[in-house]
Amino acid sequence: MADFLIAAAGFVLTMVALGLVRVLRGPGDADRVMSAQLLGTGGIAGLLLLAAAMRMPAGVDVALLLALLAAFVSVAFAKGAARSEQDEA
Amino acid sequence: MSFALNLLTVLAVCAGAFFFLAGTAGLLRFPDPLSRLHALTKADNLGLGFVVLGLLFQAEGLFAGLKLIAVWLLTLLAGATVTQLIAGTARPSGPRE
Amino acid sequence: MAFDIGLAILVLGVAVWTIAGRDAFAAVVGFVAYGLLLALVWVRLAAPDVALTEAALGSGLTGGLLLAASTRLRRPETTAPGEESAAPLRFAAAIVCALVTAGLVAIVLLLPEPPPTLAPQAAANMAATGLGNPVTAVLMAYRAIDTLLETVVLLLALLGVWSLAPDRFWGGLPGQRHHADPEGVLTFAAQLLVPVGVLVGIHIFWVGSIAPGGEFQGATILAAMWILAAMAGLVDAPAVSRRWLRSMLVAGPVVFLAIGLIGFAIAGAFLAYPDSLAKLLIVLIEVPVTLSIAATLALLVAGPPARMPQQ
Repeated sequence: MADFLIAAAGFVLTMVALGLVRVLRGPGDADRVMSAQLLGTGGIAGLLLLAAAMRMPAGVDVALLLALLAAFVSVAFAKGAARSEQDEA
Repeated sequence: MSFALNLLTVLAVCAGAFFFLAGTAGLLRFPDPLSRLHALTKADNLGLGFVVLGLLFQAEGLFAGLKLIAVWLLTLLAGATVTQLIAGTARPSGPRE
Repeated sequence: MAFDIGLAILVLGVAVWTIAGRDAFAAVVGFVAYGLLLALVWVRLAAPDVALTEAALGSGLTGGLLLAASTRLRRPETTAPGEESAAPLRFAAAIVCALVTAGLVAIVLLLPEPPPTLAPQAAANMAATGLGNPVTAVLMAYRAIDTLLETVVLLLALLGVWSLAPDRFWGGLPGQRHHADPEGVLTFAAQLLVPVGVLVGIHIFWVGSIAPGGEFQGATILAAMWILAAMAGLVDAPAVSRRWLRSMLVAGPVVFLAIGLIGFAIAGAFLAYPDSLAKLLIVLIEVPVTLSIAATLALLVAGPPARMPQQ
């Protein structure tokens, strides 16, 4: 079970890492914000899986904190992207 | 009993991983920002949701389970907000490509 | 094992990409991603306290700071071509970084087996402090003076940020007023998220005495929630000259210092705690320190005063 969970965490992280390509290519800042959002969600999923695999309940606290801070950072990014799109328009 | 729980966990986590795969594929391959956004929300809601569901079967105690659900709900809320904000940015200018 | 190697490669890849990028905004996104991955690494190394701090301060709050800076730098007139550092300077910087990395790698690889550690003594003496989390015991009891100095350093950083304000705005409100549609998505989300976030912040602060957590991590969540409310237009920044704000900022270090000085009288040394009162004193210190740090971090992200209050 622990090995499966760690493998699943690895898979999810690989997926979101691939999503980072969108940060490279994304024609607009909106795309970069989106891949950051995906990374946040995938990171939280990977963290929860790791915490269960390592039997570390504190990992869920880290995920909780990450969810809140990801919300904060994503909103800040989205506002920043919105302002830059306005500046360019 | 624990075999059944483990089986459920494996199934749910695999479903979650599949949705993360779908979300990433959508983010990379869909033609315009709005459809990419749609793919992204699938990963948020269903990907994380199934992973949390799978881990609920392994959780030790009610409080731990509630914390897992809380993480999912917070991520949902944040994701929904950011999606709306980004969509508001992407739509006025129309599809670019 | 394969997971760890994959994670390490991913961390290095994101780091390299972040420094090599051209666009400041993309680099900030990369930096936040790097912090998130680093938090995963800490969890993998069974260090949840460090993971909490990394996710909160290293990734989230610093990401907010860098984002504010990068949006300011986006105006075309601030990117003058003559200001790009010359190639030899960048090359020298790269050499220095490589040397530091090589030094760190050498130290880690050449550690004697078993590595020298004070962990057994720290764990053995925890009962006297009344705490259950050895990391908090180190931060608030064994090396409390370091924590005291950290709170002062944060205040000094805030003073530095405030000193960037133009003279006419001194004492004014930091940052711009954010306007958001009161019926809109952001306002709704903030109204839901902020109370939950405040609860979680208090929980993580309080649980730090027996489980991973503590005042810095909890304070960062509180600061981030306040900034979120400000971005949604729900609250406006207070003027930095307001007395209650300044009292809140210094309350933490002052109480810390006071209890430290009392230590001379009741336990014989600076920041010493008598065994029976240790837990109480630590909690008495932690509460104002959490509030002060939350206020300091929030004001750091808000920036230097940029407007005067409407009269």
